[in-house]
Amino acid sequence: MFYRESGDFKTNYADDQQSFPIKLDRYAVWVLLAFAFFVVPFFINDYWEKSVLVPFLVWSMAALGLNILTGYCGQVSLGTGGFMAVGAYSCYKLMIAFPGLNIFFVVILAGIITAIVGIAFGLPSLRIKGFYLAVATLASQFFLIWMFNKIPWFYNYSSSGMITAPERTMFGIAISGPSAPSWATYLFCLTLVTIFAFIARNLTRGRIGRAWKSIHDMDIAAEIIGIPPLQAKLSAFAVSSFYIGMSGAMLFGVYLGSAEPGEAFGIDKSFLVLFMVIIGGLGSILGSFLGAAFLILVPVLMKNIMVGAFGWPADLAAHLELLFIGALIMFFLVVEPHGLAQLWRMTKEKLRLWPFPH
Amino acid sequence: MSPLFLNALEVILNGLMAGIMYSLVALGFVLIFKASGIFNYAQGVMALFAALTLVGFQTGQVPFAHLINAMFGTEIHHWGSGMNTFLAIILTMIVMIIFAWLLEKIVLKHMVNQAPIILFMTTIGLAYFMEGFGDLMWGADIKTMDVGLPSGGSLWLEDFTKGWAAEGTEYYGMYIDVLDVWAAGIAILLVIALTLFSQYTKTGRALRAVADDHQAALTVGISLRTIWIIVWSLAGFVALVAGIMWGSKSGVQFSLSLIALKALPVLILGGFTSIPGAIIGGLIIGVGEKLFEFSIGGMIGGATENWFAYVLALAFLMFRPQGLFGEKIIERV
Repeated sequence: MFYRESGDFKTNYADDQQSFPIKLDRYAVWVLLAFAFFVVPFFINDYWEKSVLVPFLVWSMAALGLNILTGYCGQVSLGTGGFMAVGAYSCYKLMIAFPGLNIFFVVILAGIITAIVGIAFGLPSLRIKGFYLAVATLASQFFLIWMFNKIPWFYNYSSSGMITAPERTMFGIAISGPSAPSWATYLFCLTLVTIFAFIARNLTRGRIGRAWKSIHDMDIAAEIIGIPPLQAKLSAFAVSSFYIGMSGAMLFGVYLGSAEPGEAFGIDKSFLVLFMVIIGGLGSILGSFLGAAFLILVPVLMKNIMVGAFGWPADLAAHLELLFIGALIMFFLVVEPHGLAQLWRMTKEKLRLWPFPH
Repeated sequence: MSPLFLNALEVILNGLMAGIMYSLVALGFVLIFKASGIFNYAQGVMALFAALTLVGFQTGQVPFAHLINAMFGTEIHHWGSGMNTFLAIILTMIVMIIFAWLLEKIVLKHMVNQAPIILFMTTIGLAYFMEGFGDLMWGADIKTMDVGLPSGGSLWLEDFTKGWAAEGTEYYGMYIDVLDVWAAGIAILLVIALTLFSQYTKTGRALRAVADDHQAALTVGISLRTIWIIVWSLAGFVALVAGIMWGSKSGVQFSLSLIALKALPVLILGGFTSIPGAIIGGLIIGVGEKLFEFSIGGMIGGATENWFAYVLALAFLMFRPQGLFGEKIIERV
């Protein structure tokens, strides 16, 4: 009743094939985007930028990337942290090498470099499947982090071994560096995420996406019906690494400002992104956002409640947070293994049928 | 014999000892995987939790002291001078069994028939939960564990091997930690005990039946849920042993849970379902990473132990996707 597609007539193919075929969905997305682009930047402050909105956008990008690989193509990867590190370090090297380059292109180029690395590490997926592949991707995680720690060229021989983002601009406004205004970093991340979320949505609906899905369902069968597994798997690795690389570049360049590989891109980050994808919903673009929102916002909320409202010590709050996150993950997997996106689908179904139960 | 050769030999011996430590963790994985098809990522955290609990009992800490203090403004921390080691081990084992029982009741029984990746994610959630729970219960500071196992270098071995080097060369004998030797002995005992248990007891036979075929086991009247509780308790026991060993070696701290990740390539090499495979895989990884660090690591910046095991597993999988002892994978449409 509240949510329905009846009365929403399509008179040409373009209407039928648009990103959001249902009118209500389309309006909702436009309203949300208008709010995010034209209202939020006027009210954003440093706290909201640094602890809520920008991390949410950055991790959504990573979750989108992993969802393409794991959710759509079915290749489990535990190397996300390593690929984010590739994105961050190529972003750093590009920033240093081309000081005048618009940061937008820096991030895109960092994504492309990561995509190439991703293809290299995706090659084993042609022979290895399932858990075995997950462990094989751990090799990329640990090897890449080790490499960024040990080869001084990557961190420009700085004595601390850390990389620090210099100030880089877009249309004359600082995006990276300490003096970047909150609204600018927020809008920058939002623009990138919006563009690439739309691209991801349309990629996964099209020919490539269908090839990925068929590989996910059964790769042997997919091969038999004429989908080349080499192209399908490697393109999934490439696109996924591209997204993850961009998120790594944004995490380092825009959000953190400085990074040290073991700390910022460790194995726990790989798990964090995997959790986002699973909790949000495998094989769902919306799910990537919901999962990222959940895992970024819940800790912030809990910290505010426990440290802010109850006045408990911070280390105690950190332990409780870990405990709750673990419990919530188990709870979600027990109640709804298909994630928040599935809950949303069920809600829509209920709204469609209301007031009738079936 | 030249000192270089002796050094290499020492590295290999130490690698074997380290490998046994990896095998101890991998063993817990294999037990659970065989019986329930669950890939238990939380095995490492279970070892950490068991070690924390053991130290807590030994030193007489009040559980949740930090939380209680924060909530009620009290100042409690210890309830006495602690208890003796044996009693503490028994009590820890009881805690692990209660934990296994609760886990089955609350989580696992709902997870029957889920995809393996979902089960795997559940155990990662479990790992987070247990880490938070363990820290909350006993505090997150690094603790030293002393259960009366000897440690430090063996002087006897140093004196014994000193004479091996050729005349006139500088060689000070081999260094091998006595604790590692003990760990090796205990690991061997553990494997023998587990083998005997699964071969000669009724429960052990039921375990093997479940590992073989869930449905067939159900039809002959084996309760899957009881078996799961038993298996998780057994894994808790293995975790306790691993926790004691690693804890005595390097202190009870968070990094203990990371050895679970090291156990993954071990399992890849040895196969997920084979107990001897877990041992041999552990030995290969242990020797391999120590030798690599010894021979090549120095040239490329060191700390190669972080990734060598995974890259070895990856290279290995390229040629044998089913692992060392796995059966050939045949896929049907």
